[in-house]
Amino acid sequence: MASALNSPHYRYLLRLADNALVLGHRLTEWSSRAPTLEEDIALSNIALDLVGQARSLYGHAITIGGDGRDEDHLAFLRDTHEFLNVQLVEQPNGDFATSMARQLCYSAFAVPLWEGLARSKDSELAGIAAKAGKECAYHLRHSSEWVIRLGDGTAGSHRRMQRAIDDIWMFTGEMFELDEVDRQMIAAGVAADASKLLPIWNETVDDVLAEATVKRPADGWMISGGRQGTHTEHLGHMLAQMQFLKRAYPGAVW
Amino acid sequence: MTDKNWPLYEVFLRPRNGLSHKHVGSLHAIDDEMALQNARDVYTRRGEALSIWVVPSHAIIASEPGEKEMLLDPATPERKPYRHPTFYDIPDEVGHM
Repeated sequence: MASALNSPHYRYLLRLADNALVLGHRLTEWSSRAPTLEEDIALSNIALDLVGQARSLYGHAITIGGDGRDEDHLAFLRDTHEFLNVQLVEQPNGDFATSMARQLCYSAFAVPLWEGLARSKDSELAGIAAKAGKECAYHLRHSSEWVIRLGDGTAGSHRRMQRAIDDIWMFTGEMFELDEVDRQMIAAGVAADASKLLPIWNETVDDVLAEATVKRPADGWMISGGRQGTHTEHLGHMLAQMQFLKRAYPGAVW
Repeated sequence: MTDKNWPLYEVFLRPRNGLSHKHVGSLHAIDDEMALQNARDVYTRRGEALSIWVVPSHAIIASEPGEKEMLLDPATPERKPYRHPTFYDIPDEVGHM
């Protein structure tokens, strides 16, 4: 296990995959519970896009140097400290405004990230990125439209949208951090430099918040550590539900 | 917000270039822009369309079922058979038309 986890390339791909899987699973929690039938289908579509991205990325990570663990093992048998997603995506759905704030913050990052990764020297990753980029562009549009409508809606929806953005804000900084894994992969031409995406993200998010009449929170302390395996308590609860079946019935198949 | 129904829209898809838009169903949406997004999510999940139209249902002027006799019945094949090309002898070489 140690050798595979020490490969920066494998670890980099796992981080991308975990972001997509965890956020994808969060969105599936809306299935049958969304405010309307149309929105239920929309959120399930987005969830499926993200789970599909995760599957491609896990599959690719395994071929470049896994340790024998397959896709299902990576998704359903790793414990919280082995997940390498940013803490933003594991935050609970909360109300609809909270989910849309989380989606906006992630998608506004994912779009330029995939755009950069579409030029990766890892041609398989570049292919995944080209497809994922289109999907995330739609996720960004969908969440932006909702943030605008809720923010610039009734007094009640405005209050909840503002609170959602305020609460999620401290989880947004982590996306733009670089550690040794990132630096090595950027040097190798595999990774996109996330730290350079912040101005683009700011522009996208600021435009949406302005139109939504939502005040951009001050950039205070940003939480960190998800990409190294440190997580909020929420991920454990989510995994308990997500992994229950696989753990209760080892080797079960359809 | 969910107590009151959102406006109803009718959805039309054009499956291929050269074909016209065809009615596929309806949906509720908060406004025009969201109607288009919802139509994309609800009706094009399997690549069914090259183009989507959404139209507020109230903008559609429909014929009254009660006026069917006056409006539509006179043009049925039984009443006006000569409007259907059934009197031509088609040479065998033409095959199915």
